[in-house]
Amino acid sequence: MDIIVCIKQVPETTQVRINPATNTLIREGVKAIINPFDTYAIEEAVRLKERFGGKTTVISMGPPQAEEALREAMAMGLDEAVLLTDRAFAGSDTLATSYIVSCAIEKLTPFDLILCGKQASDGDTAQVGPGISTHLDIPQVTYVKKIREVGNSYALVERMTEEGYEILKVALPALLTVVKEINEPRIPSLRGMMRAKRAQVLCWKAQDISADSGRIGLDGSPTQVVKIFTPPPRKGGQIFEGETSDIVEKLVELLKDQI
Amino acid sequence: MDYQLTEQQKMIQELCRRIAKEKIQPIAADLDKKGEFPKEIIELLAQSDLFAIFIPAEYDGALELPAGQKVGGVLDLCIATEELSRACGGTAVCYAASALGTFPIVLYGNEEQKKKYLPFIASGKKLVAFGLTEPEAGSDASAIKTTAKKAGDFYVLNGTKHFITNGGDAEIYTIIAMTDKSKGARGASAFIVEKGTPGFSFGKEEDKLGIRASITRELIFNDCKIPKENLLGREGLGFIMTMKTFDISRPGVAAQAVGIAQGALDLTVRYAKERHQFGKAISSFQGIQWMLADMATQIEAARALVYSVARNIDSGKTDVVKESAMAKVFASDTAMRVTTDCLQIYGGYGYMKDYPIEKYMRDAKITQIYEGTNQIQRNIIAIQLIKETAK
Amino acid sequence: MPIHIIAEKCTGCRLCIKACPLNAIKIIEKKAVIELDLCNLCGACVDACKLNAIILEKTTRHTLDATRYSGVWVFAEQKKGKVQSVAFELLFKGRQLAEKLNTDLSAVILGEKLEEEIQELIWHGADNVYVVEDKQLANFQDEPYTNALVELIKKYKPGIVLCGATSIGRALISRVAVRIKTGLTADCTGLDIDSDSAILLQTRPAFGGNIMATIITPNHRPQMATVRHKVFPEGSTDMKRKGKIIREKFDGRLLLSRTKLLDIIEEVESTVNLTEADIIVSGGRGMGGAQNFKILEELAYVLGGAMGASRAAVDSDWMAYSHQVGQTGKTVCPKIYIACGISGQIQHLVGMQSSKIIVAINKDPDAPIFKVATYGIVGDLFEIVPALTKRFREILKK
Repeated sequence: MDIIVCIKQVPETTQVRINPATNTLIREGVKAIINPFDTYAIEEAVRLKERFGGKTTVISMGPPQAEEALREAMAMGLDEAVLLTDRAFAGSDTLATSYIVSCAIEKLTPFDLILCGKQASDGDTAQVGPGISTHLDIPQVTYVKKIREVGNSYALVERMTEEGYEILKVALPALLTVVKEINEPRIPSLRGMMRAKRAQVLCWKAQDISADSGRIGLDGSPTQVVKIFTPPPRKGGQIFEGETSDIVEKLVELLKDQI
Repeated sequence: MDYQLTEQQKMIQELCRRIAKEKIQPIAADLDKKGEFPKEIIELLAQSDLFAIFIPAEYDGALELPAGQKVGGVLDLCIATEELSRACGGTAVCYAASALGTFPIVLYGNEEQKKKYLPFIASGKKLVAFGLTEPEAGSDASAIKTTAKKAGDFYVLNGTKHFITNGGDAEIYTIIAMTDKSKGARGASAFIVEKGTPGFSFGKEEDKLGIRASITRELIFNDCKIPKENLLGREGLGFIMTMKTFDISRPGVAAQAVGIAQGALDLTVRYAKERHQFGKAISSFQGIQWMLADMATQIEAARALVYSVARNIDSGKTDVVKESAMAKVFASDTAMRVTTDCLQIYGGYGYMKDYPIEKYMRDAKITQIYEGTNQIQRNIIAIQLIKETAK
Repeated sequence: MPIHIIAEKCTGCRLCIKACPLNAIKIIEKKAVIELDLCNLCGACVDACKLNAIILEKTTRHTLDATRYSGVWVFAEQKKGKVQSVAFELLFKGRQLAEKLNTDLSAVILGEKLEEEIQELIWHGADNVYVVEDKQLANFQDEPYTNALVELIKKYKPGIVLCGATSIGRALISRVAVRIKTGLTADCTGLDIDSDSAILLQTRPAFGGNIMATIITPNHRPQMATVRHKVFPEGSTDMKRKGKIIREKFDGRLLLSRTKLLDIIEEVESTVNLTEADIIVSGGRGMGGAQNFKILEELAYVLGGAMGASRAAVDSDWMAYSHQVGQTGKTVCPKIYIACGISGQIQHLVGMQSSKIIVAINKDPDAPIFKVATYGIVGDLFEIVPALTKRFREILKK
């Protein structure tokens, strides 16, 4: 079973600090990490490889430093890594990004499964995964919380919905986006880290994947940012301090008519 | 400070820091409260190859040794122990004690013994314990009463060891017993005893002040018959082996102390910035600042000493008894002082079990006591000093 | 590279540095220099530069005749034959957009046996309802739904297509946008029409930080956007409204699927009615552990509210993901939102700041949550929450 995992390097935002003067994010010293949702895709690929054998490849588009994320994925147990890095890719929106990644995957064909995290924690669009499967014209299942069974030409999966879940049988090759309920990602081993450190990461540019220059980067992106602004903060209100009993009394008085 | 660590050492540091933060920190208070052995953490450390870092590569370890050198990876082990100790000194000692029990096999085991035991230890499938201390023989280790009598192809062990870290949870025990009482210290020998050997059982489990995640237990030998192949080295070398083992294991205790101190300081700096009194964060008061500065300086000095000694051992130097004792004394005294001062900065909250800091103080205390009390360490240092000037 | 700085014009004023969300600009020898490996060509610096010293070039090959596309469409998601309320919210917003554009508002519904629902859509403001009924479309499946919606768009050429950012909507509309090769903006919190160009202005939080970006799709049609449930209100219904119903039938081959839906399982437990709740009691990192959420549960019970959690609490496994409020969880808009031990990182704030009343309880007086709180309480939540519960219990006699 050959699996391709798509990942993105994102800034670690769980400890975000906001510059109070400009009200913007302080990016200095913010670590770059693998998009947390993608770590579940990596783990699932490693588990499938452990069960069924086959080759696993991790792929990422980004600046040269995204190589670090790929090595971390290899440390967790993936075999090979491809970095799509080219200044011509800069400014790609989700349409262009999913096109670029799908071009690279064409080059890695054949494969049985593509795994992605449900969305990236920086953009939160959840569009690139479905975009890739559409470019490749393969079926997809989003929000997968369990892979129940994998056969020669199909997978039986559970898809999370707002109300519960659905059980779906999907023909392979297919693309699945996974949610955190699917597994608990492992911490890489020392030997895995050493192997990943020494492993080769392939670097592909636009021409290496035969990507059409009109469909990548800024030119290939239908959407365009026209304005960036800091929202006017909602005004803070009344602050209570002091004795618990006084605070509670005042608060209950203020809220009781709303309940 | 940049200690010019190797690539592998940096990875060990990163890996252990991550395990400490993500897996140990959240359960440390609970382990401490229940006095529970952290089985899952030990399994995780095993999967992460951390039991392989002090085992030579030829026995499935991750340690590349220069030709002719028997032991190494001490700095690697110190780094791992320090990082784990930042989250929980008790969990760290379960790990480090396995290395302590393994060193006699690495140093003095014959080829068959090494092939038989080291791969299991490297994979983390078998935990090791070291058994020396007895009720009547603490600092005076030569007073041990456990005997090993040769009977044909076997040795028969009788006696009781106590305060044994990993007792009951370890599969392999390195035991010091008297083969010839008449010779005193020169009559002691070291043996490998496997859990499950008839006549080998476990006694009282101690209820300790600190490092409560580690299990400390009595080992009872009652006509316990072990094959004569389980003798390490030769008869009569038991004490020399013990002393040589301690020379290379003491930096590990020192690293544990550094880790406990650092963990406490990390928490305290954060607390001092959050805690407001007299309208400002207490970290803005010079009295607090000076305490923090002193603690950070002492910890860095301890770390530098520990790493230097560890590096010396890893580079093949064998005569490290004085330096090793110095590292242990300095780091453990630092840990005690730092954790006490950290608790002081936390004030009343620090005294309460709802806050994590008092655990660090309880955990720190043992580092001044075990693997030779700090008074014994000072004796060792002084004897060496006097010897050196006599030359 | 399509972005560059005209050195002669640059005075090194640093305005661009402040504006850059990616820290990609530095001043070298008193001139701004863009580090191209970090830049993602967002254009924030171009707007910020008062001297027009930054040039962002974009070549467009497509010459689009935007006039051939008109009308605002709302994809009306249905489950078990019931239109989901996010569709009504989109119709409310879509109505405003359609009026500004002086065009029609249409709903698109795919499914089986939809008669009553079609009426609902008209009462909620749709001028037209495009209906495709087929057994294959009874439940959502990626491929047949994508094919049907793509065919409709190709045939009727709407100018704008809006879709709920639900688990179905996100999967479907991403595929549709790629098939049509047009732009799609996810999770918009604001939608408007530019009065000069008649282009849809799509606003959403960007860069994971406290920055909003307005995004347009100038040269492709339709302009597509998703909006999360509860971001816009549901408008009132007018049962006298009349609308046109346009039915389409598709060839069975178009509705084939390579995935097969075998079963739908509803889990009562995972159905936290968070988005619909009028009162939400929510906990964050300050709760300290899973067991402590009990005190929030008690308060929520007394108030008849639902339980929420911040990402920190969910990531620590103190609460299930279904309770998560924020950019990566659910957007909520209750009458009262009580945030306990939540510091108020932007990722959380975007999910709850439209609540009518926000009560924040936190021991750190500098916590950002107090900047949005209607009533902020600086203190120990472990004291205050039980006291609140007790007092409300007395008043509400529960």
